[in-house]
Formats: sequence, C-alpha cells, structure tokens
Amino acid sequence: MTPVRERWPYASGDMGGRPGDPSGSDGVRLALDLEVPTDVRLIGRIVQLVSRHVRELEFPATICSLNVPVALSEALSNAMLRGNEDDPAKRVRVRVLVYANGVVFEITDEGRGFDLDECTQDPTTPTNVLREDGRGLFLMRRLMDRVERYTEPHGLARNVVRLTIKRPPAANAP
Amino acid sequence: MSFTMTKHGTVVVVDVDGQLIVGNRQELKQKVLDELEKGERKFLIDFARTGYIDSSGLGVLVSLSKKIREQGGELRLADLNDDLKTLFELTKLDTLFQIADNRDRGLETF
Repeated sequence: MTPVRERWPYASGDMGGRPGDPSGSDGVRLALDLEVPTDVRLIGRIVQLVSRHVRELEFPATICSLNVPVALSEALSNAMLRGNEDDPAKRVRVRVLVYANGVVFEITDEGRGFDLDECTQDPTTPTNVLREDGRGLFLMRRLMDRVERYTEPHGLARNVVRLTIKRPPAANAP
Repeated sequence: MSFTMTKHGTVVVVDVDGQLIVGNRQELKQKVLDELEKGERKFLIDFARTGYIDSSGLGVLVSLSKKIREQGGELRLADLNDDLKTLFELTKLDTLFQIADNRDRGLETF
C-alpha cells in the first residue's frame, strides 16, 4: 500500500480564525495532516486512521462509527474520483482539526471545484431512491453540522471541502 | 475487508466483513453477479460484521437488487446494526429492501 505522509499535531496558532471553526482560535486539541495519491483503495485506511483519533478524544460512539467514517469516505471519494478524475498522479490532502467542541475535516483536491447546492440531490424521492448514485453529498450534509466548499485563496487555487461536526452538548460538558 | 459466500438451501448468503465502500464495492458486485450467472436467484447479504457503508456501497446494493430482480430473483438484507439502520433510513433505502433482523429470520422468509 502506498505510504501515507502524516504530520501532527499542528501548533494551535495554525488553526485560528477560519470559517467553520466550532470553538474559536484557541480550542484546537489535535490536528492531522495527510497527503495521499489518488487511489480509492486508500480511503478505508485513511478513514480508519482519522476515526481512531476522534474515538480517542471520546466523541460519542455514533459520531465515531457513523458520522465521521461515512462523511469522510464520501468527501475522499468525491475528491479522488471527481476532483482528481481518478488520476493517480494527482494528490489529495486531508487535514483534521479537532477542537474542544467539534471536529473539522478539510479535504483538498486538484479539481476546479463545484457548486455544493447545485450538485446535492435528494436521493429519497420515489424516483431517486431507485438510482445507484447521487447519495454522497446528501449524506455528507446530513451527517455533518456544516459542509462548505471553497477554492484556496492563494497558491495552486485547489478545491477544498470543509466538513464540521460539533460535539453534542451533553458530551461537551466538563 | 472481505466477502464470504455460503449456500444455505437455495439461498446464497454473503457475509460482509469490514466496510462496503468505494474501494471494494466492485468485488462484491462481481461475486454476486458471478453467482447470478451460475443460476442462483436468492441472495441474502448479512451485515453482522460490517463497520460502515458509503454511498458507493449503497449504490451497489441498489444495482444488484435490480439485476437480480430482472432475472426473477430477490436480494434481501439482514443484521443491520443501529448505524446502518440510520443510514438506510436517512436515504429511505429501508423502503426499497426487505431487511431481516438477523440471518435466520432472513432465511426463513425466503
């Protein structure tokens, strides 16, 4: 299997002031930074690695076993197959920012980006439920508290999908 | 991640061990289609040992269900844990598939 480059944790100063930050600039507890080639066979391993980190931070079981794995798998799949057009020469970067009250995933690909609202379908209509595709963005948006897409404002102007999930209030109590 | 197929009477039972995701969905699809080609018509996919399923995995289940039905057969599912039940409910795929609580109940209803 292709090696995964990993670098963590970031200094907390790297995390502040971003849109979607669930806790402000001082709350980061962990960050993970991976860069991988486009290869869908790597997705299971990446998801396993990230989910393990989130589990260690004692997020509720369902977030670790359902929300994070499925949403992250969808984002990685979109980045590799759509953004990078399944081209193994293109790379996907995965950044995981864990705050006291939530987790942020940033998945960066080399594609041109897309309109999140235009591309999200409702797969539950009587017609769409029979379709084989069209559930990825829907699941991401249902399983995460916030899904954003933007283009990197500098550098290579790559496409970034940012997923935020907050820790439920009861589990967030000291 | 692996898929194990065993025959129980006239039903082919497929155990999904691990995840059913974009990276391995084709393997499951091909294994089931091979059995369909050989003449098998009744399939039960058992998710007792499954971690999670992504949209590609769900799509393969929809695809297989169609292909099996076209050949006069049927695909049923069994042993979904609470997370998987949530996933099927969110996507309303629980309305498309016949889902048994466990393998024995699934086999009984064929």
